[in-house]
Amino acid sequence: MNKFSKTLFGALLSLAFVLPAQAETLMMATTTSTDNSGLLDFLAPSFKAETGIDLKWVAVGTGKALEISKNCDADVLLVHAPAVEKKFVEEGFGVDRRQIMYNDFVIIGPKADPAKVAGKTTAEALKGIYDAKAVFVSRGDKSGTHNAEKKLWKANSLTPDQEKFYISAGQGMMATINIAAEKGGYTLTDRATWIKFAAKQGDANPLAIVVEGDKALFNQYSVMTTNPARCANVKVELAKQFEDWWVDPKTQKRIGEYTLEGKQLFFPNAGK
Amino acid sequence: MGYFYDGILKAADMLLNMDAATFSAIEATLASTACALLCAMTFGLPLGFLIGYTDFPGKKLARLVSDTLLAFPTVLIGLLVYIFITYRGPLGHLGLLFTLPGMVIGQTILALPIIVSWTAQAVENLDPRCRQTLLTLGASPWQTALHTMREVRYDLAMVCVTAFGRVVTEVGVAMMLGGNVRYHTRTMTTAISLETSKGEFAQGIAMGIVLLGIAFIVNAALTWLRHRGRA
Repeated sequence: MNKFSKTLFGALLSLAFVLPAQAETLMMATTTSTDNSGLLDFLAPSFKAETGIDLKWVAVGTGKALEISKNCDADVLLVHAPAVEKKFVEEGFGVDRRQIMYNDFVIIGPKADPAKVAGKTTAEALKGIYDAKAVFVSRGDKSGTHNAEKKLWKANSLTPDQEKFYISAGQGMMATINIAAEKGGYTLTDRATWIKFAAKQGDANPLAIVVEGDKALFNQYSVMTTNPARCANVKVELAKQFEDWWVDPKTQKRIGEYTLEGKQLFFPNAGK
Repeated sequence: MGYFYDGILKAADMLLNMDAATFSAIEATLASTACALLCAMTFGLPLGFLIGYTDFPGKKLARLVSDTLLAFPTVLIGLLVYIFITYRGPLGHLGLLFTLPGMVIGQTILALPIIVSWTAQAVENLDPRCRQTLLTLGASPWQTALHTMREVRYDLAMVCVTAFGRVVTEVGVAMMLGGNVRYHTRTMTTAISLETSKGEFAQGIAMGIVLLGIAFIVNAALTWLRHRGRA
């Protein structure tokens, strides 16, 4: 019972108000999409092998990830909400933001497509869903996906928040897709979660992609470091190694090699 | 229903193949639960005994507070402790957030009112004549208190089993304070929650079956101890 004794020991130490010894570990706050897609599990072993750093992460919505960093409880961030991130850096909470890769969102909906929006552009599709008062399920959890969705509505001067057909789920992406399937609604999802959902459903899938490939649906991921000027506990050296590792050509190549159900999910674009 | 069948198969598969992630989650669950119970019992059993056995002003209020805290939502405990142990909080310098000891703090708070209230209840439920008899037989107040503790020992075992059940199955505190970090603070319940959010329902059910199995073993062990104690 190694962990048992460690916990007991740690608890006693903490009671004695002594700092528990820290190994070379880096705490990252990230979004559910990088974790749930399996990308982190795929990359973490090479990170450990090449830098010797043990990467630990909590996977939450982007909003909570930023909050965790604001409270100095994570050293680094891997998130996908560019506008919010830029503000975060401007306000002095984060430093050294570097973009590393993108994936894309897709709009999915019932196969019957009650709002008749399949194959249209994002703008037309949202307008169509809005006008038809078709059910739309939103993440509603301040995640990167939720932010992207709000931005899309806003860009088209639509305000569905108060409408009856607009369901704010307050849950993760897979749970939100499940709700969309149960309610026969549309939703915006990252492609990774959609591929997983579709693979599970097989031929019985009640949903299908209605809009994809539109530039407006690109989803940029970046890494950042919690501002060490605000948070003295940030492991600056390790964080720099972490950021350098993500933009390293070898890592970039590996990102492109990761597939789910035979499909590439993330497209490296560091320094572009 | 397919999920359930797949879940049973996967549970067997995880246990037979000594799946590293599963065993790490079992370890984290047992380690944090055991520590939390130990802490809660250390403070809770004497406190509950005092409330049940003695008379003092404010006794009713103390009991009322403890009973109210039985309804303490786990997410709220998580949030309150989070505010204290985040790096910018008063205990931030200890670095407890997203660690097992951090989780233990929350789980101790969760278990404490259960132990206090039920211990007090068990002591109060004792036949008052028992105490009178002891005193008339010439026992000192200390001997009387000690004997009362002996009388309620089986009830106390049940109290601890109840607290164990509450702590081992909760997910709010573990998620909020532990952070569900793989190989470190991922417990059975946060793992189930994660698998569910990933849409891996069968995997979630498999973890649930394993968790119930553990609870069964713990209770079986206690039952055995009880019988041995009575024999």
